[in-house]
Amino acid sequence: MKVLVIDYGMGNLGSVRRAFEECGADVLTSANSRDALTAERIVLPGVGAFLDGMAHLHAGDWPGQLRTALENPEVRLLGICLGMQLLADSGEEGGRTAGLGLIAGEVRRLEPEDANTRIPHVGWNEVNSTRPDRLLQLIPDGTDFYFVHSYHFRPASPALVLGTTPYCGDFASVVGAGNVYGVQFHPEKSSRPGFQVIRNFLAR
Amino acid sequence: MLKTRIIPTLLWKDHGLVKGVGFDSWRRVGTVLPAIKVYSTREVDELILVDITATGEARAPDCDSVAEFSAECFVPLTVGGGIRTIEHIRDLLRAGADKVSINSAAYANPGLVREAASRFGAQCVVASIDVRRLPDGSLKCYSHSGSRPQDRDPASWARELETQGAGEILITSVERDGTMEGYDLELVRAVAAAVRIPVIASGGAGSYAHLLAALREGGASAVAAASIFHFTQQTPLEAKHYLATHGIPVRRHQLASDTLKA
Repeated sequence: MKVLVIDYGMGNLGSVRRAFEECGADVLTSANSRDALTAERIVLPGVGAFLDGMAHLHAGDWPGQLRTALENPEVRLLGICLGMQLLADSGEEGGRTAGLGLIAGEVRRLEPEDANTRIPHVGWNEVNSTRPDRLLQLIPDGTDFYFVHSYHFRPASPALVLGTTPYCGDFASVVGAGNVYGVQFHPEKSSRPGFQVIRNFLAR
Repeated sequence: MLKTRIIPTLLWKDHGLVKGVGFDSWRRVGTVLPAIKVYSTREVDELILVDITATGEARAPDCDSVAEFSAECFVPLTVGGGIRTIEHIRDLLRAGADKVSINSAAYANPGLVREAASRFGAQCVVASIDVRRLPDGSLKCYSHSGSRPQDRDPASWARELETQGAGEILITSVERDGTMEGYDLELVRAVAAAVRIPVIASGGAGSYAHLLAALREGGASAVAAASIFHFTQQTPLEAKHYLATHGIPVRRHQLASDTLKA
């Protein structure tokens, strides 16, 4: 399976590459957006701020190339953490910015429910599936994944949510629309459950 | 529910894994890579890896070694030691670190935490504070591996680092470090009460009860520990069982090994 990990200067690329390789992928880490056209799976990782992320994606001409690549329904994209958030229509981190618009929704800051809720949301927290999907196959509800973020994806429709996580209310931690997926947690850092998500994403 | 993290700390010096007492008298306790492999296989919640001589020797972080370590680490990895510039942070994140821990450079260059948070996101910036207790009982921050006093008290310095954009605070008592006598709960409490970002307690853990005290009495969000795991039979997994029986939410390894192969 040919997997492209997008190198747009924003992320823990080493970790992502290693985890996908561990799951049997043939990984190309590339800053050349034309490589999107020959990959079977595309990963948009990301650690950083929304505004910078979009600026880097535009600088590399990624938005257009990704749209073209995703016209093939056999190709799938997985956004991780900031990479998931960038799939949205817009974000507010660093100033209101248009996103890739691949999954309808917006990215907002987490709002603490009470004085004891600390932001960022850091650590292991559970994911509960809201709709059956291949991405969460073999993963029981309540399985913990590793999160580290201050913003969250608010999908335009509940139909786009595949899983939620209880923090500051239930936020959408897994989203999907057609061949585009996003996870707020870090599968590459979530041990075996994370590998299972990666394998599910890679499976034909 | 968000689970409470138990974080083994690995101190790294000249390719060896070391542990001291009070930031001194370092003993070699193993090698780094095998330790990381074991902890990763056992699925610990997170690891902190600190190059304890980089700042003292004015060396840049050793990204080649970090790349080797992170290649075997499938749990979150925070890397510290010697970080002075934005480029150091970028290179460490590229080498596979998930978060970086900034300590001495934050005093000398207050713009570093701010710029790092805006470039890479607050969530990957851990601000580390080392603290000593003065003879009058007051608390004072120290940089350069506990050797250089700074004119700061930990609570207000933590608050300032939070304002600069730090995503977490790692608070370490230099005197308690390596003693296994328990965390400095007053210190942990002062810092946890001062900020709204997660606080990791460090320095002094010798028993599971100490971990519980840092969480319950200290108000820490997570606990870091080294000697307890190097020098006793106690393990992160057993620590979780203990904490769970005392009502602390911890991560269980819910997936049966026959469903998922590592």
